[in-house]
Parts: sequence; structure tokens; C-alpha cells
Amino acid sequence: MRRVVITGMGAVSPYGKGVDLFIDSLIAGKSAITSLSELAEIEGLRSWVAGLVNDIDPKEIPRKYRRSMSKMSIYATLACREALNQAGLTAEHCASGHLGVAIGSTTGSTQATQEFFDSFLSTRGLEQVKSTVFFKIMNHSCAANVSQILGITGRTLSPSAACSTSCQAVGYGYEMIAFGKQDFMLCGGADEYHPLATGAFDILNAASIKFNDHPSRTPRPFDYERDGVVCSEGSGILLLESLESAQKRGVNILCEIIGFATVSDPSNIANPDKASITRCMQLALKDANLEPSEIDYINAHATGTIQGDIAESEAIAEIFGSKTPVSSLKGHLGHTMAASGALELAALVEMINRGCLIPSLNLENIDDACSNIRHVRELETASIKAAIKNNFALGGINSSLVIRRYKKDD
Amino acid sequence: MTDQQIIDLINTSIAEEFELPEENMKPEASLFDDLELDSLDIVDLVVVLEKAFQFKIREEDSIQEIRTLGDIHRFVINKKKELNKQ
Repeated sequence: MRRVVITGMGAVSPYGKGVDLFIDSLIAGKSAITSLSELAEIEGLRSWVAGLVNDIDPKEIPRKYRRSMSKMSIYATLACREALNQAGLTAEHCASGHLGVAIGSTTGSTQATQEFFDSFLSTRGLEQVKSTVFFKIMNHSCAANVSQILGITGRTLSPSAACSTSCQAVGYGYEMIAFGKQDFMLCGGADEYHPLATGAFDILNAASIKFNDHPSRTPRPFDYERDGVVCSEGSGILLLESLESAQKRGVNILCEIIGFATVSDPSNIANPDKASITRCMQLALKDANLEPSEIDYINAHATGTIQGDIAESEAIAEIFGSKTPVSSLKGHLGHTMAASGALELAALVEMINRGCLIPSLNLENIDDACSNIRHVRELETASIKAAIKNNFALGGINSSLVIRRYKKDD
Repeated sequence: MTDQQIIDLINTSIAEEFELPEENMKPEASLFDDLELDSLDIVDLVVVLEKAFQFKIREEDSIQEIRTLGDIHRFVINKKKELNKQ
């Protein structure tokens, strides 16, 4: 098995374009959440808050490629370009067959689907349908569009597991390189905001509804007053590479991926389960060949739902006890859905390299039911050798990644 | 609608849809070589023209003969005249 490292990262987040802006905003404790008046106009929708991407220019992408892209593919493309650029990879690498793609989204573009059915149902015909609509709706839209514009000829994989999507994408990319099937993988996820995302959680009574007038105060991971998910959009991408290749190219190595696990939780399609989350983290630790005591920080999934945060904190407490620092970045970002795993992993990589821990925003009063773990409450200086990143999805799909700081002599 | 108004509407609609500079919208411009449209764009071109002029042309055999922007001008002008006669 080959060792796998991260040599490039890209981000399009609700803060805007670029990893530096993303990390600086997180460290500054900025909320990316705003109130949207158009959500208040939807009958039955009680949550009117979201984290939207602004300040990007889609016309950076030539029309011939952009015409088949919805917003999520545009986000993914911009993030991929940033990751490739940081890794020093060129069009030649993309066309080599040694570079693949593992990028997923929760669904294809809901907006494009809506526009199709608006036309289809009003005319009962297909005559107003443009040629590129299907390319925005198909489930592998992001991965396919990224491969097209970047001229990638290696493997293309498009995992789709809602909130676990990009954690799985990174994990599967890691395994492909470890097994020697590809030398480089662009891994991550993307999602674009549509009111139906918020609606899906609101129908389940799992969307935040009490802070519509104070959007920066929600979501509230692990907090006593937390009341649910806030949906956001964006894309996070990591360029994975075999250690051998990175050393040969003399490129800066950002971190090493050493463990991955993903499990199915058949106990309930909607409710998180402590036992399954525990099992997922244990399997990831086993894959990394680490003991729980060797983990210095846990970047939690914690979306700010009542049940999910309790299940995750109990699972963490069972494995790691009450000393290992834990925080969630959902308080800053909201839930970027299929992008969340990769965006938050990029933040974790930066935390490791900058020697700091970013606290859970909006964690003012820890819920008693989540108090069995050590919460990061303010920006901390820390030496992190190894850390775990969790993502858990509706549908009962749990996933965890273990990464460690890379040192040349390790 | 005068012929010039038809030509202007065609040029504006195509330039907007395919993000082309107005100065490129010359009658002799080849759709493929000069305006750099491709087969997917031609599908959308029909949708754009049908929407702009409120007619149905997808099944017209003479569409297959269109090569230049001027061919589109002539096709639409003729089609409008034909429809006005009916």
C-alpha cells in the first residue's frame, strides 16, 4: 500500500473564493449565515437562514464549458483549479491518465430540475428545453464537468451520500492512490443552495427556525439553544497524491491521510446512532493503526441538531474520553452539505499546519447532554500530530477520515 | 416586422445566448468556423429562434442547409413571410 498525502487544496465557501479567505474568516470567527427574504415567502417553510456563495465570477469559465454547469459545477471547477495550482500540477498531468476525480454532490442541480419541470409542466412539451439541461441534472454533473474543463483522462467517480459525500470522496480517492490505481486524485464535493435543501430538514423538524432575525447566531453545535441545521453551499477540493510522487516532484506536502472508514447504519434512515458513529471512528482508527490516545483533535460533524450532536458527543466520549479537543465548523459555515467534508478537512489541514484549533462558533452554553467531551471554546494554540474528521449523513451513511501532520523524516 | 427588425432580433438573440460580440454578427459569418458554435449550440439556436419569433422550425428540412448567419436571416425572413400568407 502506498502512502497518500495532500498537496493542494481549493475552496469556494460562503465567505467567497479561496482557501486563504476561508481559513482567515474561520479564524476570525465570522459567521457566513444570512437571512433570506425569499425563504419567508415559501408557505410552510419555517427556516429562513442560509450560507450563500457570493463574489465569484462564473465567466472565469469559458461558455463552452460553463453551458453544461450549474452553480455546483462552477464552484467545483474553481476549487479544483486552486488545488491543482497549489500542487503545481499542469494540463499535462490532467491528461496523463494518472490523475482522477472523485467529486460528488447531494443531488444534481435542483434549480435546473425545477427549470426543466417549469417548462415541461406548463407546455406539456420539450420544445423549450436547452441541450445542456441534462448535464446539470445528472448525478455526476460536478465530476464530469470538472473532467471536461480540466482535460482529465483518469478515473472519474461521483459518490453521492448527502453530508458524507466529500468525506467518502476523499476516502475513496485515498484508497485508489494507496492501491496504486492512480497517482493523483482531485477529491471533494460541491452543492448549490436551493430552498428545498432547507425544506428537507424543516420537514424533519431538523432545520434551525428560531434565529431567522439573528442569522449569525445559528447554527449552534453542541449549544443548549441549538435548534437545527442551516443549509449552505460551496465546494471543497483536496488534491491527493502518492507520497512517492510528491517527493519526486519536490512539492510541499500539506498533510498525510492515514485512515478512512465509512459504514452504513441501518437502524434508521434519518436518526443518527451512537453505536454506528462509534464503530465508524473505531474502524478509521484501526485503518490508521492509531490508538485513540494518539488523536490530538476531533473535527466533529455536529450540525447543530438536537439528536445528532448528542449521538456524536457520546460516541466521541466513549472512544476518546473527555480530554481530546473537539469542535465543529458548522457554527461558522452552516452545513455546506456534500462540500462539508472536504471544506472542513481543508480547514483541519490548515489548523494542523498553523498550530491552532478553531472553536465551535455559537457555543455559548454547552448542552448537558453534550458536556461529556472537551469543547474548544476559543481559538487555541495546539500541536496536532493526528486528527479525525467526521461526517454523518441522512440515509444512515457515516464516514471518518484520519490525517496526520507530515514531517519529512517520518 | 420589417426585414431589418427581424435581422436585428436574430443578431441580438444569438449574441446574447452565445455571449458573442455584436460586431461579430456579420451575415457572412460561418456559424461553426467564425462564431464557433457546435452541435449542442445548434440545438439551442433553434430554441432561441422559436422563442424569439414564436414559430416552430425544428422539423424544417431547410434548417439543415444553414451555414452562415446570413442563411439564418434569410430562413427566418422567408418563414415569417410564409406564415403571414397563411
